Amino acid sequence: MKVIGYIIQKEFKQIFRNKGMLPIIFVLPLLQLLILSNAATYEVKNILFAYIDEDRSASSRELIEKFNASEYFDVKASYVNYKQASEAMLKGEVSVLLHIPQDFERNLVRYKKTDLSITIDAIDGAAAGVESGYINQIIQGFNKKIRLELLSFSNGNSKPVRIETIPSFWYNTTLDYKTFMVPGILVLLVTMITLFLSGMNIVREKEIGTLEQINVTPIRKGEFIIGKLFPFWVIGMGLLTIGLILAKLIFNTPMLGSIGLLYFYTSFYLLVILGMGLLISNYTDTQQQAMFIAWFFVVIFILMSGLFTPIESMPKWAQWFTELNPIKYFVEVVRMVMLKGAGFTDILPQLIKTLAYAFVLNVLAVWSYKKVS
Amino acid sequence: MKRFLGFVRKEFYHIFRDKRSLFILFGMPVAQILLFGFAITNEINNVDIAVLNQSKDVNTQEITQKIDASKYFTIKRFLTSEKEIEEAFKKGDIKAVINFEKDFSEHLIKEGQGSIQILTDATDPNTASAITNYISSIIQSYQQQQNQGVQMDYQIHPEVRMVYNPELKSVFMFVPGVMTIILMLVSAMMTSISITREKELGTMEILLVSPLSSFQVIVGKVVPYIFLSMINAAIIIFLGITVFKMPIAGNLILLGLESVLFIITSLALGILISTMVKTQQTAMMISLMGLMLPVILLSGFIFPISSMPPPLQVISNIVPAKWFITIAKGIMLKGVGLGYLLKETLILIGMTVFFIALSIKKYKIRLE
Amino acid sequence: MKEENVIISKGLTKRFGGFTAVDAITFEVKKGEIFGFLGANGAGKTTAMKMLIGISNPTGGEAMVAGFDVHTQQDAIKKNIGYMSQKFALYDDLTVAENITFYGGIYGLSRKQIREKRTKLIETLGLGEIAHQLVGSLPLGWKQKLAFSVAMLHDPQIVFLDEPTGGVDPITRRQFWEMIYKAADKGTTIFVTTHYMDEAEYCHRVSIMVAGKIEALDTPKKLKEQFEVSSMNDVFLRLARNIE
Repeated sequence: MKVIGYIIQKEFKQIFRNKGMLPIIFVLPLLQLLILSNAATYEVKNILFAYIDEDRSASSRELIEKFNASEYFDVKASYVNYKQASEAMLKGEVSVLLHIPQDFERNLVRYKKTDLSITIDAIDGAAAGVESGYINQIIQGFNKKIRLELLSFSNGNSKPVRIETIPSFWYNTTLDYKTFMVPGILVLLVTMITLFLSGMNIVREKEIGTLEQINVTPIRKGEFIIGKLFPFWVIGMGLLTIGLILAKLIFNTPMLGSIGLLYFYTSFYLLVILGMGLLISNYTDTQQQAMFIAWFFVVIFILMSGLFTPIESMPKWAQWFTELNPIKYFVEVVRMVMLKGAGFTDILPQLIKTLAYAFVLNVLAVWSYKKVS
Repeated sequence: MKRFLGFVRKEFYHIFRDKRSLFILFGMPVAQILLFGFAITNEINNVDIAVLNQSKDVNTQEITQKIDASKYFTIKRFLTSEKEIEEAFKKGDIKAVINFEKDFSEHLIKEGQGSIQILTDATDPNTASAITNYISSIIQSYQQQQNQGVQMDYQIHPEVRMVYNPELKSVFMFVPGVMTIILMLVSAMMTSISITREKELGTMEILLVSPLSSFQVIVGKVVPYIFLSMINAAIIIFLGITVFKMPIAGNLILLGLESVLFIITSLALGILISTMVKTQQTAMMISLMGLMLPVILLSGFIFPISSMPPPLQVISNIVPAKWFITIAKGIMLKGVGLGYLLKETLILIGMTVFFIALSIKKYKIRLE
Repeated sequence: MKEENVIISKGLTKRFGGFTAVDAITFEVKKGEIFGFLGANGAGKTTAMKMLIGISNPTGGEAMVAGFDVHTQQDAIKKNIGYMSQKFALYDDLTVAENITFYGGIYGLSRKQIREKRTKLIETLGLGEIAHQLVGSLPLGWKQKLAFSVAMLHDPQIVFLDEPTGGVDPITRRQFWEMIYKAADKGTTIFVTTHYMDEAEYCHRVSIMVAGKIEALDTPKKLKEQFEVSSMNDVFLRLARNIE
């Protein structure tokens, strides 16, 4: 037990002495939390909007005014012909183009029916879908108003039915993306730091030759491993703490559930990550290899965690695959506890899977760590 | 020149001898692009939802069937009281509940108006608003069916055209993004680490006292990685075309050249990192921690830049990946030529020159 | 003086696949002896040493180190030996004092012992002024002397030195050997590999390994007589040539 103390002491000294590393461990992640949490939004706003108005009537101007007034659209330009406009779209200066043909107003009055054409840059398919929804809303609203103006009498023989849908957004009534992203990004940063540091730590001693010196000492393999990994566990917990404080102070992220429960879960979650780091260390000879493998897993874990894109939308095999993703569990737990106020029994399935994961990885890691070749 | 080529050859040997790293270098990008191409999508598919039907009449059953029949939703269960909603959300196995008011049909027939509540678990606001939109539009189309026969006058008929990606496939959006991430991180990381590694092992000094100029030493170290990254880019584009049916609307050669430019930009960034740090560990942490999330989040890979707060839109301009993603999407999906991508291309060239100039300056300071 | 063997090796063998790195070596080392373990690069010295210090499992044969079996009692061996490798093995980013504390700690010395040892060591090595400097900033010669002292920290019965004086200037080498003699006088057994032949002359007995086998083992004086040459260098060359 005393021996572990010496190793921990040594590790902390080395970490805190490396002046180049400290900001990377503590400042960089928190800076990213503050900045990047604002970036991760699917909300579609400031849509680059342009129009071609060949009608130049009161109605066409009124319709354009509607787009101008909408908070979603940012009217960038008007063009005289389609060629010019599509050029702008190719350049990426415009993403939605409204084309009002000649006789727009005349057709509406005379034939009681008129056409409009809208072109949407659909490379980002999801955004295009949302944009088309907004456009429809504006046009429908305009249409309704026009209709009321033009209909001098109610044509009352049959009244259309109307089904009203009332959306209600639970746990995040204002659809604030930051509420959603801050806990998630915090989880990513905690995971990345602990995995990278632990993954490279032992292999670094291998590379500079001190590991051999340690191996000829009577130290037990368990003592050595615990002593090595404990400092990173502490750093992970520390980062979580600072991150939570920032989340509360700056983003005012709701914390409905028990923070104690969150720490309880995190303390086991970090064992999964540290075990993984150790396993990577054992199977590599250089820091370069270790880092590449860690990078490979982290990119997969991040993009398949359900944080940025929903897991339900993935094909079945990929959904099954995410069961092996520890970040997924952490993201789920953080959201459940902080945003929904979930209790111990609610997160029990995630907790059990995490514990099993931690157990398997650490057994594998300790077993594959060899003092003797 | 001969000496220089000999040196480059040595660097190639280094890389190709290390079978494990080589496997990682080529195997991982392939695995990632395949995995992400299939799995990363922000389309809504088969979302599990629940229904709370308090009227159980013809209309509500028809609407329920219509929703269940769509590919977007699967009705996982039926709730019997409002109390159960909270429980279901907390458990997290359903994302939305459709709540029909009491006597829905009666209201609809007598008053011409019925209401349906759509409750979503908005801890994920992205999915929640998408779900709400999709359910609303299914209900709208049901409403239209009911209103057939009712004459609608003064109708404006908008015709919407989705260009460049008419099927709204998210894979078209993500393949250029994944390609960018892989090229950027692999190139920047590999160079920064392999240079700091020589520094740490002390072999850098030996190279510097050799008759090669320090510029040649650096270029020699970087050349093999340019080739490796080019092969990676080619593999990714090939998989994009064959597996994901990405259209290459523009010129493939231009895409190749732009990729080489972007690879060089990333390598220059890697060199810059290596001039600033002493140990491999620091180099790695900077290239991993410093680059990974900004490249994913600020490049327009997943989230639209135009929706970000203005300060972030400004910051995103310094992320090289943003410009390359614009270029890649432009060539692949829009089919534009260099004329349209001149600004982006010049910015990447400018960044490359800046990184290299800064590296040389830092390097000189250290030697004095 | 009672002849007590602290290292006994009988047919110790290590094979890597089809390649035999160490081929059935048999020898004994007596307590307090300075035993030189010579051989060209790649002759198998380091591999043999790694088996003796318990970080490599032998493929065959037997060996006892400090009275413990290398097959089964590797942990007990480690408590009783010190080791200094050809790679410099102290932490560059810790100070002199911190390195001593760390290694003392993992060998299980008490706080009091560590403090005493640290003070004494820093004093004898004359490192007082730089005790709180990072090891990375010291000249190589000082680092090597410090590494040797650290290997001796827990008063081991045997110290294994793997090419300890590589790259060090002649004066420092001289001082280094004085430290080795002092340790040997106190009864510590020294097992040292080297390829400096003048250093071989300082050893009580030397063995010379060629291609995984021990080809000669005796005192430097007797070896020179046997091969009828005037220096260990010539002994070595003669042996290497014979094999070829």
